[in-house]
Amino acid sequence: MNIATIIEGLSRRDPRAIGRAISIVENHDPDAHALLDSLDPAKIEACLVVGITGPPGAGKSTLTAQLIKEYRRHEVRVGIVAVDPSSPLSGGALLGDRVRMMNHALDPDVVIRSMATRGRLGGVCGSAGAAVRIMAHSACQVVLIETVGVGQSEMDIVRMADLTAMVLAPGLGDDIQAMKAGLLEVADVLVVNKADLRGADALLLDMESVAQQRQDRQGRTTRVCATIASKGDGVAELVQIFNDMNEMFQKSGEKAQRRLQARRYEVIDWAVELIRPRIADSVADKAAFNGDPMLLAQDILVGMGLQTKKD
Amino acid sequence: MSKKYRVLIGKPGLDGHDRGAKVIAQALRDKGFEVIYTGIRRSPAEIAAAAVQEDVDVVGLSSLSGAHLRLFPAVVEELAKADAHDIAVVGGGVIPTEDIATLKAAGIREIFTPGATLEEVIGAFQSACEEREK
Repeated sequence: MNIATIIEGLSRRDPRAIGRAISIVENHDPDAHALLDSLDPAKIEACLVVGITGPPGAGKSTLTAQLIKEYRRHEVRVGIVAVDPSSPLSGGALLGDRVRMMNHALDPDVVIRSMATRGRLGGVCGSAGAAVRIMAHSACQVVLIETVGVGQSEMDIVRMADLTAMVLAPGLGDDIQAMKAGLLEVADVLVVNKADLRGADALLLDMESVAQQRQDRQGRTTRVCATIASKGDGVAELVQIFNDMNEMFQKSGEKAQRRLQARRYEVIDWAVELIRPRIADSVADKAAFNGDPMLLAQDILVGMGLQTKKD
Repeated sequence: MSKKYRVLIGKPGLDGHDRGAKVIAQALRDKGFEVIYTGIRRSPAEIAAAAVQEDVDVVGLSSLSGAHLRLFPAVVEELAKADAHDIAVVGGGVIPTEDIATLKAAGIREIFTPGATLEEVIGAFQSACEEREK
């Protein structure tokens, strides 16, 4: 499949073209330039990008599968970028999020792509943004990004998505305390999943107080929602919350502001990503490593003409 | 290496014995492959659709139910229908020797039966990936 066929196929919503296009970007193929250049900014603008994040085992994949079902009930074409970690040892990955989403495998309006982090530590992979834009271009109205199981500082998703839902479950008490100064602070929707389990009521109260505090202190709206993803309970309400918040953010200019910020971060990320191999080469060249790593890094940048030598 | 090999491990049909599929999936992961696992009891059409969306290089099928003569070629046909002839299919499981030729004739690139080593299986994925890259 050549690049022209792929670009043409994207506008026809051809699954093969969508799959190939994401690989091209993910592999830094030279065709990526023409491909990304051809995407329709209006469609990307119109698409709602929702981040689904939370600690491992909170139920992100199960909830995502239910969200797909709910969006399909409203005939919304939906894309899913499901991220799982790459092995730090082999570089390989086991991408298993799809197992819970297979009921939608034959629906042409559910576009699922599993992606490995490939060394990125922020909870998302470097090419997730491009994958989202390719899906939006091929007429996905909503794209859900499911992050890896996160701890407290994987903020990439918040920068990338229009809305971020943090999925929590009872029984992870200490982790939640730890997260209070991190992701929990910046998520837009706090989802208490597994709401039928012991401890869910207490967690719900906790989250409501987090939301209230944020309203009082920062004037920021945070919504709280209880779900039982395994049964689909609360999922329609959650989609309603996404729609309401999206509308609110569109009116207030928050969405545009977030998109602009997201673009800035992504440009920085890509610039670093694209220059990384050259830096890696310079490091390999320097046989003897004496001196402080930060000073050596500066030397490398000076050598590449990216920084002027300070005496 | 910027190009990572992506493969999909699927279990078509009704048997739920996925220990073998999981062992292969993990072994591939440990050799640096990105492995998409679809879970058990999938139809050939579902497996092919997932392989196309995920743009994998190879699909690995596991069957212990005896229905491989029907299910494995069906995956090859579904891939062809989706304009994805270039995605290779390999298979393994409890498969009588006399069926191997039939399966290969139907477009299954390689068949592994009990006793095959992990090295052999991974080697088949590796060579199929390398061939597709060319």
